[in-house]
Amino acid sequence: MTTAFICETGVAAPLEGRNIDTDQIIPARFLKADKQQGYGQYLFHDLRFDQAHNEHPGFVLNQADFRQARVLVTDANFGCGSSREGAVYALHDYGVRAVIAPSFGDIFYNNCLKNGLIPVQLEEPVVDRLRSRLHAGPDRLVTVDLERLEIRGPGNETHAFRIDPFWRECLMKGIDEIGLTMGYLKDIEAFEHTYRAEMPWLQR
Amino acid sequence: MFRHCREPDVKPVVGTTPASMFDKVWNRHVVAERATGPALLYIDQNLIHEGSFHAFAELRRRGLSVRHPAQILGTPDHYVPTHARTADAAGSPEIGRMIRQFDSNMAWGGVPNFPLRDVRQGIVHVIGPEQGITLPGMVLVCSDSHTSTHGALGAIAFGIGQSENAHVLATQTLWQKRPATMRITVNGRRTDGVAAKDVILAIIRQIGAGGASGHAIEYAGPVIAAMSIEERLTVCNMSIEAGARCGMGAPDETTFKYIEGRPYAPRGQAWQAALRYWRTLASDPGAAFDREVVVDGDAIRPMVTWGTSPDQAVPIDGRVPDPSAMTDPHVRSTAQAALSYMGLTPGTRLAEVPIDYIFIGSCTNSRIEDLREAARVLQGRRAVVPGMVVPGSGLVKREAEAEGLDRIFIDAGLKWLDSGCSMCAAMNGDVVKPYQRCASTSNRNFVGRQGPQARTHLLSPAMAAAAAVTGHLTDVRDLVGANTP
Repeated sequence: MTTAFICETGVAAPLEGRNIDTDQIIPARFLKADKQQGYGQYLFHDLRFDQAHNEHPGFVLNQADFRQARVLVTDANFGCGSSREGAVYALHDYGVRAVIAPSFGDIFYNNCLKNGLIPVQLEEPVVDRLRSRLHAGPDRLVTVDLERLEIRGPGNETHAFRIDPFWRECLMKGIDEIGLTMGYLKDIEAFEHTYRAEMPWLQR
Repeated sequence: MFRHCREPDVKPVVGTTPASMFDKVWNRHVVAERATGPALLYIDQNLIHEGSFHAFAELRRRGLSVRHPAQILGTPDHYVPTHARTADAAGSPEIGRMIRQFDSNMAWGGVPNFPLRDVRQGIVHVIGPEQGITLPGMVLVCSDSHTSTHGALGAIAFGIGQSENAHVLATQTLWQKRPATMRITVNGRRTDGVAAKDVILAIIRQIGAGGASGHAIEYAGPVIAAMSIEERLTVCNMSIEAGARCGMGAPDETTFKYIEGRPYAPRGQAWQAALRYWRTLASDPGAAFDREVVVDGDAIRPMVTWGTSPDQAVPIDGRVPDPSAMTDPHVRSTAQAALSYMGLTPGTRLAEVPIDYIFIGSCTNSRIEDLREAARVLQGRRAVVPGMVVPGSGLVKREAEAEGLDRIFIDAGLKWLDSGCSMCAAMNGDVVKPYQRCASTSNRNFVGRQGPQARTHLLSPAMAAAAAVTGHLTDVRDLVGANTP
């Protein structure tokens, strides 16, 4: 069960670069930990830290203005690559509640939906401009409003976004998806009955 | 009690609208649909590996069990050692724990599995087709992005996260949004020395790393039709590197011949019934696709990546591109960052780039045909750089040894190891050292993928073997002549 998300306002951090893959979001060597141990410490690990575990001062989340980021504003195809859900665990545990990008890796997008992290897809020029405004400051607050389906950023810019109504409802109510599906058990059983009769070669 | 109030699930025959293969398979798996949004999709087969510990923890937390263990198959692959077959030999005690935890989860869930000591163990995406577990018309999932591999047999196969994995284990279904469809037609004919890997790298270069986002790909055209199943597996494997939800090839006689007689494949009457159904699955003539892409197969040459995204690839006779000549500022800055990480200078001929290490393996290129291609280049030659060859399964290893391929690799100076994901995922302790440059038959050249600061060049098995022999990226056609491999 994830926590419900209606509307949240927080510092937004601009993260540059297309095709930021889930290996960047969390390197593979940190995926052995149980979720309860907290994945936030590993978020963007090799971008945040050098090999002696000193912070890279140039990385956006190491800068005083963005350390407390609750929203990430990034570039196209964010979260491409590996299906590791640890990437979403790391973002969420760090405190990020929404990611704004022109496009996302499909599996990452789905993983966000299961963990109460809001993937907000906006047109590339809009996202580019938003990142520029965040770099420039001083206003760095972004509101992600799932109820009104809009984001409000610096300079009073408002942009509508879309998310499938089914997922929106799940996110806003913190609906437990497995619990929801259990309500379809009769449909699943009926499906299996017919399906197995038609495809006997799938019996194992 | 089987008499539900529900009407039998008989769909009207729509004889007039030509359907795509994707639509036929998808439609047959819809359990429930709501007015809008995703459908509840039935999952025929779920393949699981060590990473599934999150999903098992979730089942335990909720007091749930595995709904249909017979439709799940597990094998450890991501964390397994490649120099021995026990958890004690793992790269670290923590890695060993991942393998033992996997075994105990399999026992807890009653899930059929091929443990590390089983000769059938291997990379999930190698053993599914190898065992005849993956079949045409299925919907198959695995908590690994390269699940797209299995689409080569005419299945819808896609990667999922661990929350979705728990959902499948508990319900044998998933809520999924129907992706758009994209047909990629590869026309013409592959020229000598051009591998399936080169075809898919050329496709990804053409459409981009996010070029197929939100789409299910169908690979079509004479180049695909002429491919063996193992070659199609390589192509479909890297669909995810173009951002696709899945990649498929139409089941044909090549497919049926490949499947027949495999351990889990249907037999006798069931085989005949399956064949009748499978022959209906190919896209109907005139089926509509949301996007059509055409690739000139005649023009594809052996490919190699120069950057940190699989779409940053060029033919081996090309040069490292110059970011300053790129007009799109996003593309330029991404290319600059990639070249800085890769330690490459614009304008350098790819064939002059020195290599420190060779990796032949991964779910992309670790099947018997891949090993034969590499061995053909290495036969009678010596590698001048170190490297390893990691077969995709215990059975691939056995077959390669029966053919004497192991001797060719060992005599060339390469390590011949046991099956697993190894240096592709770099989770088991097999890593490329910082700043070392690896010619790799794997699927991702991401920053840090093969180890912190490791530099990866993706290429085919024959091209990796050629680089091993010369110590630099090499056009395999120059080394062995245009008629081979």
